[in-house]
Amino acid sequence: MSEMNTTTVARPVAKSGLLSSRRRATSLKLTVTYLALLIGGIFVCLPFVWMISTSLKDEGSVFIFPPNWIPNPILWSNYSQALTVLPFALFLRNTLITTLVPIIGVLISCSLTAYSFSRLRWPGRDICFVLVLATMMLPGQVTMIPKFILFRYLGWIDTFFPLIAPPWFAVGAFNVFLLRQFFLTVPLEMDDAAKLDGANYLDIYARLLLPLMKPALAAVAIFTFQFHWNDFLEPLIYLHSQSNFTLALGLRSFQGEYGTDWNLLMAASLAVMTPPLLLFFFAQRYFIQGVVFTGVKG
Amino acid sequence: MSTIAASQPAKRRRGSLQRTEAIWGIGLALPWLIGFVVWTAGPMLASIVLSLTSWDLLSPPKFVGLANYATLIGNDPSVFQSLKVTTLYAFFALPLNLALGLFVAVLLNQKVRFQSFIRTVYYLPAVVSGVAVALLWSWIFSPDFGMLNTLLSYVGITGPGWLASETWVLPSFILMSLWGVGGAMIIYLAGLQGIPTEMYEAAQVDGASDWVRFWSITIPMVSPVLLFNLIIGIIQALQEFVRAYIMTNGGPHDASLFFMLYLYRNAFEYFKMGYASSLAWVLFIYIMVLTVLVLRSSAAWVYYEGQIKGK
Repeated sequence: MSEMNTTTVARPVAKSGLLSSRRRATSLKLTVTYLALLIGGIFVCLPFVWMISTSLKDEGSVFIFPPNWIPNPILWSNYSQALTVLPFALFLRNTLITTLVPIIGVLISCSLTAYSFSRLRWPGRDICFVLVLATMMLPGQVTMIPKFILFRYLGWIDTFFPLIAPPWFAVGAFNVFLLRQFFLTVPLEMDDAAKLDGANYLDIYARLLLPLMKPALAAVAIFTFQFHWNDFLEPLIYLHSQSNFTLALGLRSFQGEYGTDWNLLMAASLAVMTPPLLLFFFAQRYFIQGVVFTGVKG
Repeated sequence: MSTIAASQPAKRRRGSLQRTEAIWGIGLALPWLIGFVVWTAGPMLASIVLSLTSWDLLSPPKFVGLANYATLIGNDPSVFQSLKVTTLYAFFALPLNLALGLFVAVLLNQKVRFQSFIRTVYYLPAVVSGVAVALLWSWIFSPDFGMLNTLLSYVGITGPGWLASETWVLPSFILMSLWGVGGAMIIYLAGLQGIPTEMYEAAQVDGASDWVRFWSITIPMVSPVLLFNLIIGIIQALQEFVRAYIMTNGGPHDASLFFMLYLYRNAFEYFKMGYASSLAWVLFIYIMVLTVLVLRSSAAWVYYEGQIKGK
């Protein structure tokens, strides 16, 4: 912005005289800041509070207006009831399969690809990397229907394969990009030194670089977890029988069958939300690092 | 591609070393290469062909030329309606999210106590998504017993029907999107923390007010991050699906018929694979055009440090 460079006109300020009024202005500003953050924070938290409150109410008190924020009586049994009317244990097992298998696949395939893109020279590499960036911009909808037809042809409909096979082929361009940027921060001389010691490329990747990449790998693992845990569209398209449902699909059919039992619906929803929330609390550092890295340095 | 290898003492082995490196390089990228062909490039080409056919998956596909595109432009009011809904949503939700996210980030970037705790709280909604969140908000928007109308009743307002009202259903979705503002905030915050404090101090010595400093330091310095958030935001907003599917299923009277929802119905409820493919291309081109426009315009408003601007 040009005005930034041109308006540097020296304007000497009598500092001592302004100090007390400036300090007062600063403390007023801070008070307003805290107030705004507090009000915003309350609005952010209220839906969660509302959810917990509803999840512990009995059927009757859900439909009282104005509602009580503190349930009376407190029904913990809503949770066991909500999670047993449909086979949520089975849904959990299915979700763990469709979440953990992709995580392993993504970590291996994306880190190998990123390693190759960042530290090895081969003809066509830069063109391929442009393709990676291009797929980052590509919304999945264009490929959704042909992929469905392909999986149908392979007989994979109503199996987990459409959900767990593609992640093993580094399809997450975002992850490849993130890991590549991280690989680039490690000096190349380290590889050369290892090569002189007789290490091959796989040794360098596995023994030298991967240990340094732990924070980035953690970020990728967390993003992948979040994505597959919450994913709805793909399971909706590919999984049809209830015994194959993931938690997201289970919640959806729960809504279909018990749509007005808001207390049970909220209990089940909260239960499904809890693992990502816990993961975020415990791995916050990696999480934020990853987000920031792609947003600011990308 | 000609590459100059780092100077190696054994020069005659250079050629074979380069070849080894290339073989390893391609080998390690092979999973990606296969994945790109099978899950991205191949399906994209197939999608173009499919969009020129009429196919219900049962009888063999029929080549119909550009008939699908002619239908969606001239003969299908739902296409226009869904484009309108999606565009309106993006047009209001995006700027609000970007501005509010920046506002919160600027507040948090001051020397406030419990900064990381507050940041965590604001980011929480961005961590959860999908069906559970959609169900939560269906209940919040419930006209008779929901949280929103409860809060409004405290100040003597009788709230609208929200998701049940043709007028209010889109504002409801926009309001709900603001709950996830922490996602944009956290990226801004990182950008803000990268601005050298000397800049602000120098401006303060020059007597620049907070307002001036915000517009002439903060905004230019954070503009690359703004661009990132904007592009990600466009792509996400135009692909809105889960919430529409769970919360309103497009209703009332198609007032929340998001484009992706209409596409999904055509593909997986009406089994019009050809027509749905042509819809997918319309969405794709729409997203691309918007992205390119934004990127083009960014030369005028994005400031990159260390880059001398020609204009």
